Amino acid sequence: MSTTTKTPTAPESRTPAPSRAATLLGDRRLPVLVTAGLFLAMYVAGLSRYQNYGFGEPQVFMNLFIDNGYLLVAAVGVTFVILSGGIDLSVGSVIGFTTMFTAWLVERQGLPILVVIPMALAVGAFGGFLMGYVIHNFEIQPFIVTLAGLFLFRGLCLVISKESISIGDPSVSSMAGAQVNLGAGFLSIGAIVALVVLAGAFYVLHYTRFGRRVYAVGGNEQSALLMGLPQGGTKIAVYTISGFCSALAGLLFTLYIQSGDPLHATGMELDAIAAVVIGGTLLTGGSGYVIGTLFGVLVLGLIKSIIQFEGTLSSWWTKIATGVLLCAFILIQRAMTTRKKA
Amino acid sequence: MAEPRPVLEMTGIVKEFPGVRALSGVDFRLFPGEIHALMGENGAGKSTLIKVLTGVYALDDGTITLDGQPVQIDSPLQAQQAGISTVYQEVNLCPNLSVAENIFIGREPTRFGRIQWNRMRKEAAELVDRLGLDIDVTAPLSSYPLAVQQLVAIVRSVGTGDSDGEGSGTKVLVLDEPTSSLDRDEVLELFRLMRQLRDEGVAILFVSHFLDQIYEICDRMTVLRNGGLVGEHMVSELDQVGLIELMIGKALDQLEGLHEHQLHSDVGETLVKADSLGRTGGIAPFDLEIKKGEVVGLAGLLGSGRTELARLLFGADQPDSGKLTIGGKQVSMSAPNDAIGAGVAFCSENRKTEGLVPDLTVRENIILALQAARGWTRPIPVSQRDELVAKYIKALDIRPANPEARVGQLSGGNQQKVLLARWLITQPKMLILDEPTRGIDVGAKAEIQKLVVSLSEEGMAVLYIAAELEEVLRLSHTIGVLRDRRLVARLTNGPEITTSKILETIASGEHQ
Repeated sequence: MSTTTKTPTAPESRTPAPSRAATLLGDRRLPVLVTAGLFLAMYVAGLSRYQNYGFGEPQVFMNLFIDNGYLLVAAVGVTFVILSGGIDLSVGSVIGFTTMFTAWLVERQGLPILVVIPMALAVGAFGGFLMGYVIHNFEIQPFIVTLAGLFLFRGLCLVISKESISIGDPSVSSMAGAQVNLGAGFLSIGAIVALVVLAGAFYVLHYTRFGRRVYAVGGNEQSALLMGLPQGGTKIAVYTISGFCSALAGLLFTLYIQSGDPLHATGMELDAIAAVVIGGTLLTGGSGYVIGTLFGVLVLGLIKSIIQFEGTLSSWWTKIATGVLLCAFILIQRAMTTRKKA
Repeated sequence: MAEPRPVLEMTGIVKEFPGVRALSGVDFRLFPGEIHALMGENGAGKSTLIKVLTGVYALDDGTITLDGQPVQIDSPLQAQQAGISTVYQEVNLCPNLSVAENIFIGREPTRFGRIQWNRMRKEAAELVDRLGLDIDVTAPLSSYPLAVQQLVAIVRSVGTGDSDGEGSGTKVLVLDEPTSSLDRDEVLELFRLMRQLRDEGVAILFVSHFLDQIYEICDRMTVLRNGGLVGEHMVSELDQVGLIELMIGKALDQLEGLHEHQLHSDVGETLVKADSLGRTGGIAPFDLEIKKGEVVGLAGLLGSGRTELARLLFGADQPDSGKLTIGGKQVSMSAPNDAIGAGVAFCSENRKTEGLVPDLTVRENIILALQAARGWTRPIPVSQRDELVAKYIKALDIRPANPEARVGQLSGGNQQKVLLARWLITQPKMLILDEPTRGIDVGAKAEIQKLVVSLSEEGMAVLYIAAELEEVLRLSHTIGVLRDRRLVARLTNGPEITTSKILETIASGEHQ
C-alpha cells in the first residue's frame, strides 16, 4: 500500500517499474501492432515475389478496399458486438437477405435505389434490435439468439425468391461503377463508405460515452450494472449497430456483385468474426480496437490477392490460411491474458 | 455526533425471497459525518439490507427517506443519482479500462457529445490527489493490486455527481466488507481515506467481520439478527463481548469453551509425509509430516506460500522435486482426482470460484465430490443421498436447512459449511482447509473450529490454514511457519508457544 500513499509512512520498497518488454507485452495495443506488422510483412513478401506481375501497383492495394469493403463494414459491426462480450452469427444471413430484398424491390417492384437503401438499412437495424432485445430481456445467450437470426434471415431470402435476381437498373450500375480517383488509383463508392464507417466507429468507440460503455460491459457486465451504467440499453444498441452494419454491408455487396441471391454471403459472419479476432479483439470482450479489425480484414483480403497472383493455388487455400492465422492469433491472445494474470 | 436529522432513514424494511424472509421490518438510520457499522452474523440480513438500499433488490415493504424526502430506489443508477454509492467486497469496476475511466465512466466530461479525455484525466488526477492517494490514473485498473482497486472504487463513488463541479454528490457511502482481503497496511490506508471522507460530512456505512476494525473506526452501530433489528448502539457504549452476544443472541459460553479447549493428545501414526517436496515459483522444497488425528496449522503472511504448499499436497499443482507418501505408500499425484482417491480433501479459500457451483442446490453441491469419487456411472441411490445430505445439513447447521435452496443465495458462512459438507461426506483421511473462516462471522467461525477439533478427535488429519494466528494456535498440534515461500519452522504447540512467538519466527525467518 505504500505505493499509494503520499505521506511516506514507511520507507518500504515501491513496486519496481516493469521492464520495457513486460510493458510491451501487457499493452493492449500489441495485438493490433502484431496484425499490422503481419500485413506489412505479407505485403512486402508479395512485392518481392510478384513484382513482375504488377503487385506493386497502387491499384492492387486500393483493390483490397474495393474487394473487401462489405466485409470491413460487417466486421466493424461485429467488433461492437464482440467488444461488448457478445457474438453475432446473423451477419451473413442479413447480408444475403439484404441483397435479395434490394434486388427484389429494385427489379420486381421498380422502386428507385435511393428509396430502397434506407428501407434495407432499417430492416437490418430492426432485426439487430430485436435480437438485442431478446438477448437482454430474456437473458438468453447471444449465440443462440443470433443463430436463430441466422436461420430466420436466410429463410426470408427464400420467401422472397428461390432464384437469384440480377440487377440491371441503370442507376445501380452507375453507382456500382463509380470511381473516386485518388491520383495513384481509384476507390469504389463501397470502399469509401467502408472507410467512413470505420472512422465513425472509431470515433464512437473512443469519444462517446456509449462507446466506453461498450468496453465497460465487455470488461465486466456485472460491474457495469453495479456502476449504474445502462448495460441493457448498451447491449441492445450494440446488436442494433451490428444489424445496421450487416444491412449496409449487404447493400455494398449488392453493388459489388449486382445481383441478389438467397445463397449470397453464406458463412460470411465467420469471416467477419475471424477478421475481428485476427485484428486483436478479445473474444471475451472489453479489449480491442476497431483499427485492428481493419488490419484483420486487410490481412484476409491480402491472402486472397496473393493466392490469385500465385495462380496455381486453389481458392480453398484462403480458408486454410485463415484457419491457421486465426488459431495463431487466438494462441497469442491466450498468452497475453495469462501473462497479465500472473 | 448525534445531529438532529439523519441523512438516511429506513423504516420497516421488509424483503422476502422464495421461502426466506430475509428482512422483517428493519429500521436503520445514518447521520452525516459518521461511520456506522452494520453488524450481524452471516444470514442476519446485512447484505440484503445493503442491496435494498442500493437498488439491487426491490423492497417488499417499508420506506426510505433521504434528507427527509421519501425516495424510491429501483436501480443502482438511481441510488447513485440520489447520492448513495456502494463499494462491494468484490471490486465492481472494469479492469480493462484505465483508472480515470473507471472513476468517471457513465459521467465522463463531454463537449458536444465528445469525451474530453484530457479534462477527464486531469479531474481524475485531482480527485485522487485530493484524497491523498498516489495512483497513475492513465494506467489500466488491472495493473493495480486489489487493495488499490478498492480505493479506486471509493474514489469513484466519492466523485459521483462531481463532474460538473456541483460539489460532492455522495451523501452516503456504503462499504460492504472492503477489508476482507486487505493486509494491515492496506486497511490503514483505507481507514485514513474513510476518516477523511467522514470529516468532509459523508455518512459511511461500514460492514466488516473484523470486530477490531469496527472498534477502531466506527462511531455507531446497528445490530441485526435473523433479518430483524436487535438494536442501535454507540460503539463506545458496547464492548465486544456484549456485541457478540447481541449478534448471536446467546451468551458467549460456547465460544469461551473453545478458548479453554485442550488439544487432545491421541495422535496416531504418520499419515502424510512430504520429503523435500517443492515447486519452482511455488514453494521451496519442504519436509512435512501429518499424523492421524493431528491438526497441523500453517502460519504466515498472505502470499508466504501457505496455499501453494496445500495445493502440492492435493495434486492441484505438480511438484518438481521431492516425494509424497500417503499412508505408507508413495503417491504421484498428477491431478486432484488422485488425491481424492488417496483420501485427501481440499477446501479452497476461494469458495466462490474454486469450490461451489452457485447455481446448483445445496444438495447437489454437497453430493458432488462423493459422486465424483464413485464415478458417474454409479449414481448414489436417492434415499441414501437424501439421508446423507440431511445428516450433514443438520450436523453443520446449514441455514436455511433446505437441500433444494440454491447455494448462490446462501450467506458466506453457510456456503463455507456446504463446501465442508461436500468433503466430509467423502470421509477423507486428511482434510485441507484453506482459510475456512475468512469472511464469515464469529458464530459460524466458532462452529467450524469446533468441527475441526471433533474431526481430529475422530482421527482425521487436518491441515489448517488461517490468517489469524490465534486461530492456528488454538487448534493446531503442530504449527508450520512460512515465510517468503519457504517452510521456515515447525513448532510443536505447547504452553510456551504464543502468537508473539510465532510472529517472531515469521519475522526472523529462522529455523528453530
